[in-house]
Amino acid sequence: MSTEQAPRLAVRAVTKSFGAVAAVREVSLDLHAGEVHALVGENGAGKSTVVKMLAGVHRPDSGTIELDGRALTLDGPAAAIAAGIAVIYQEPTLFPDLTVAENVVMGRQPRRSLRRVDRPAMNALAAGFFTRLGVAIDPDRPARGLSIADQQIVEIAKALSLDARVIVMDEPTAALSPVEVERLFAVARALRDGGAALLFISHRFEEITALCQRVTVLRDGALVSSDPIEDLTVDEMVRRMVGRPLSTLFPKRDVPAGDVLLAVRDLGRRGVFSEVSFEVRAGEIVALAGLVGAGRSEVVRAVFGVDPRDTGVVRVGGRELRAGDPRAAMAAGVALVPEDRRQQGLVLEASVARNATTTRWRSLARFGLLLGGAERRAAREWTARLQTKYADLDDPVSRLSGGNQQKVVLAKWLSTAPRVLIVDEPTRGIDVATKAEVHRLMSDLAAEGVAVLMVSSELPEVLGMADRVLVMREGRLVAEIPRERADEESVMRAATGQGAAA
Amino acid sequence: MTAPEKAAAPTGRTPDDAAASRVAVLLRARELGIVLALGALVAVTAAINPRFLSAQSVRDLALGAAILVVLAVGQTVVVITRNIDLSVGSVLGLSAFATGSLLQAAPGTPVVVALLVGTLVGGLCGLVNGALVRFGNVPALVVTLGTLYVYRGVCFFWAGGQQINADELPPAFLAFGTATVLGVPWLLLIALAVVLVAGYALRNYRSGRELYAMGSHPQAAVLAGVPVGRRLLAAFAVSGALAGLAGVLFAARFGTVDAASGTGDELDVVAAVVVGGVAVFGGSGTVYGAAIGALLLTTIGSALPVLAIDQFWQGAIVGALILAAIGTDRAVAARVAARLRRREAHHG
Repeated sequence: MSTEQAPRLAVRAVTKSFGAVAAVREVSLDLHAGEVHALVGENGAGKSTVVKMLAGVHRPDSGTIELDGRALTLDGPAAAIAAGIAVIYQEPTLFPDLTVAENVVMGRQPRRSLRRVDRPAMNALAAGFFTRLGVAIDPDRPARGLSIADQQIVEIAKALSLDARVIVMDEPTAALSPVEVERLFAVARALRDGGAALLFISHRFEEITALCQRVTVLRDGALVSSDPIEDLTVDEMVRRMVGRPLSTLFPKRDVPAGDVLLAVRDLGRRGVFSEVSFEVRAGEIVALAGLVGAGRSEVVRAVFGVDPRDTGVVRVGGRELRAGDPRAAMAAGVALVPEDRRQQGLVLEASVARNATTTRWRSLARFGLLLGGAERRAAREWTARLQTKYADLDDPVSRLSGGNQQKVVLAKWLSTAPRVLIVDEPTRGIDVATKAEVHRLMSDLAAEGVAVLMVSSELPEVLGMADRVLVMREGRLVAEIPRERADEESVMRAATGQGAAA
Repeated sequence: MTAPEKAAAPTGRTPDDAAASRVAVLLRARELGIVLALGALVAVTAAINPRFLSAQSVRDLALGAAILVVLAVGQTVVVITRNIDLSVGSVLGLSAFATGSLLQAAPGTPVVVALLVGTLVGGLCGLVNGALVRFGNVPALVVTLGTLYVYRGVCFFWAGGQQINADELPPAFLAFGTATVLGVPWLLLIALAVVLVAGYALRNYRSGRELYAMGSHPQAAVLAGVPVGRRLLAAFAVSGALAGLAGVLFAARFGTVDAASGTGDELDVVAAVVVGGVAVFGGSGTVYGAAIGALLLTTIGSALPVLAIDQFWQGAIVGALILAAIGTDRAVAARVAARLRRREAHHG
């Protein structure tokens, strides 16, 4: 019924590119007053980019955003706030050192004479919002130490204080318990009935069907469909999110599995993940799938020892690894290719040769000195094996393309001749050709008897490369699916908690 | 108790509760620790040598602290935003020399004008710092380390080895350096005024609160629509202006200005601010704390000779205080984080 009216907020064919990568292409979207609109898609489908354009953080390269029929120029967050668009992020953006009330009304504090901030009025205002939301938060306490749920409530109070007419919620439920989700939904419905237009992003389909009236699906930065929720089954939604043919990108070889090389039992870290147990055998490629934030990277970082662990045992080839000791892990033959190569995998300003050999400086050094010869020889050998393209070994690694940078990271770890190779998002942000090469490499290593544990958010990669798929959701291992039975729907369902894995 | 019951109604607290929590806040305040340290230092020193509390000694101490206090207030404004201004010593020197030259050339210049000129020179230097940080996208540490040398170089180039002595400065200006109102030196009054105005503005004005917000969570400040760039410029301009003001006070107090005035002051200032409980990662701390920190450092400097402790220990003691202040910061942060994690584990 409300769809007959003109939309409150209309996104018209917006496009946004970062460098050569088009994050969002020609996406259109109508938000109506009194309606909750769901935006769904796989990780990297462009949801967050759309949100950031509405928040005024990114400006669209082309296309327009209209509010009540008038074109908006959102040249900064202040402009979005002034237009009455409030954004609630998955990670609350509060000022921990300031009081809750100040967080709610930052920049719009009530004032008394001489333009001074009126603290009692400010606290009363915030207290009023909390009463409306049905929670007891002391407006005068600092925001530091609030639970995630309470931080989320403070964010909503912010939206109320703006008198927001458009409210965007970017995965607000990711860190909430069911009771807290219910409370959030009650608030969202009240806002909707109050005439606001809501955009709701979530990976949980039961939440979307419970709360939303309309659902828009994005895939690879492009709009797939936009329908009333009644017209779309969950199965159909999943199909539209992932629908993409598997190509020969995945040269998976069948290798008989050998001995257990990596055994993880009851691994836990308070508030992050718990009771994670699994094994990886020689010659096996095991994928750790799940949504962003499910705790996958945290698990492999704890296995390797970069992050601490509170409980559990990690064994490599039968020998127990000490917690929090990456050197011991490396000595035992474990290699971790991290998720964020620019931050964690490379020293961008240093040369290709330096970067490719950092893991082996000890063995390459003579009398504690790292002289050029051995380092360059080792670097040349491994970069050649990985067909890395660079102009000169002395070039800073930052000059290489993303795919070649990833190869340098791989070279650095493969040169340690690992028995257990852990790769975290091995092909994120690299082109298709290099992707295939990285996959071939993983397959070859497995054939040589290496145990490979791969964290990946790309379903095709998971399905194409893994012998077994472990699925994590909200810090727990929820499913283990063998290759024969793993398909997009079974993994997606397990990752989102939609029923048992097939 | 006749206080209207309704006053506390919105939060559901009785006035007694509110009063109790106010006391608790006071006890928890970072400033309390340094006030106690300062009190203990003065008490011990005075017990050993009562002359430490003589009028003359206290006056010397106050004059010495006044300049450091003014610098510390400016530094606090910058540090609160998660930045730092290392150029203040050089700005002080440049301002002192500029003011000295002006007074030498035009001895009739009123003291107020001299103060304004010095403040203006400093403010311009600060604005340059702020612009480099904002538009150059370079960390403040690097920018102000650079301008530390640049401003000092300008000062040396201008002075050309020349020194402005007391007999070249107008007597009215020199008298201002020691003049008192009701027994309180002017320098101290100015420093106090700076502390009170800055403290009040930071607590009671939107712009002041936004400076804290920027330091507390920079990205969130951007998302909240805080005009981050403008506030950054303003913070550095204030720090520069106060360093410029301190330069005039320096000239008035010592009567002799050369190109090296204020060399190395930046480290004392940062030390005072950190000891005073202003978090180096921004977002918390007050100018009152920083001012007491400056007072504490100055007092240590003059108490050690009285206590017959080797001057060499002074550096070590200041260093220990800085480590203690930062240690407290980390300990508090770690405790809060642990508590938060436990609570979330419950939820999960």
